[in-house]
Amino acid sequence: MSTQSLIPFGPQHPVFPEPIQLRLVLEDEKVVEALPALGYVHRGLEKIAQQKDILQDVFLVERVCGICSFIHSLTYCRGVETLMGLTVPDRARFLRVVWSEMSRLHSHLLWLGLMADSFGFENLFMQAFRLREKVLDLMEATGGNRVIMSSCCIGGVRRDLTADLVQMVRTTLDEVERELEPIITTMRDDYTVRERTVGIGRLTKEEAHELGAVGPVARGCGIPMDFRTTGYEAYGDLEFKPVVFEGGDCYARCKVRLYEMPQSISLMRGALDKLPAGPLAVPVKGNPDGETISRCEQPRGEVIYYMRANNTRNLERLRIRTPTFANLAPLLKMLPGCQLADVPVIVLAIDPCISCTER
Amino acid sequence: MFGLLKKTLANLVSGPVTRDYPGTKRPAFDGSRGHLDMDPAVCIYCGACSKRCPTKAIAVSREPKEWKLEVGRCIVCGHCVEVCPKKCMWLDTAHGLARDAVQDARSGDSQGNS
Repeated sequence: MSTQSLIPFGPQHPVFPEPIQLRLVLEDEKVVEALPALGYVHRGLEKIAQQKDILQDVFLVERVCGICSFIHSLTYCRGVETLMGLTVPDRARFLRVVWSEMSRLHSHLLWLGLMADSFGFENLFMQAFRLREKVLDLMEATGGNRVIMSSCCIGGVRRDLTADLVQMVRTTLDEVERELEPIITTMRDDYTVRERTVGIGRLTKEEAHELGAVGPVARGCGIPMDFRTTGYEAYGDLEFKPVVFEGGDCYARCKVRLYEMPQSISLMRGALDKLPAGPLAVPVKGNPDGETISRCEQPRGEVIYYMRANNTRNLERLRIRTPTFANLAPLLKMLPGCQLADVPVIVLAIDPCISCTER
Repeated sequence: MFGLLKKTLANLVSGPVTRDYPGTKRPAFDGSRGHLDMDPAVCIYCGACSKRCPTKAIAVSREPKEWKLEVGRCIVCGHCVEVCPKKCMWLDTAHGLARDAVQDARSGDSQGNS
């Protein structure tokens, strides 16, 4: 008869980029239950947001997450623009798409490296990070910083892409696309990768729907749910079809992210092709009033901002629901029944972002 | 098999993909946000930058005329540069904090032009 034991997985663990603890109840090597413990990087961001004015909050929400920072600021700005009735100029809408997809590309490359690292594929980890460096260079050249670009502002964008920069983005995207191809092939077809991911961490379509999975976790279960299909910002003017795979295992989730990378590149190219001339931002006058919900598609899924204003320069409430938070319940459903050695792979397959979740 | 051999030979003759840092440094891109700088000769000490700074890193006083930047608090967002009425501030591409102001940041002392 087997006995149960409790293993604390995290908060400091080689596969976790950020601290979260999973208390795993094991029977021999098999996980029977997983209990999460959160709160290691809570920063009280919502309280600070009430003290800063609406323009300063843009820089604050960018720091919710170091990976998808642009889309956080975009979601926030879209919310305040709704409250104030601002219409964003066309050029800004297209530039927002370019930077959103740049964020997605670098986030997915980071995930790819960490995922490869989780099952010991060090070479692929280094190749992914080498490639990510080119995208980070693009972000520095266009936004001014490698990760936190601060290029989004209420009413539009703060920076413009000159013709030289557009050409640089195009050239780099060609290089990245060329070098991405063998990486995708390896991750998709390699025997070892398939052994570690196929059939691991299975979640059915119904379970994913019931537990509220978002982003690549939902799309890997065959649910075609992507907020970009609603055509926010300039996505409506570009050709976009969500990447969906059936299967509901780690392999399907990996494939969704792998194929989203070339899709991001083509979306960026499409946005640059159609980039209209015109102003970058509209002036912000007056104070926001009322309440709204703003949503955007992050690399990890849909992020939701609830904000309430009372006709002052400060927001009364700012509540953020991040995609990793939504994906934690599905994660706890995936873990029971798996082997202890598969836990890192399953956790990395939801691409957890703990700083986002805890704010 | 031949694909692997081809790759091995290509890797043998190609150089490293990483730079020989710090011997070889990548030049900063134009418009990269390195550190904040200002020209005291143009500044009118109005305090607009100080009021708008999201991290309260800038302290300005009219009498005596003083403009201080707490380097460790500055997030180099450039909000102050946008609101400055005299355009006396700019963002330099050199990463000043990492280069020469580490001690100031650690001790919490303010460093700036006055």
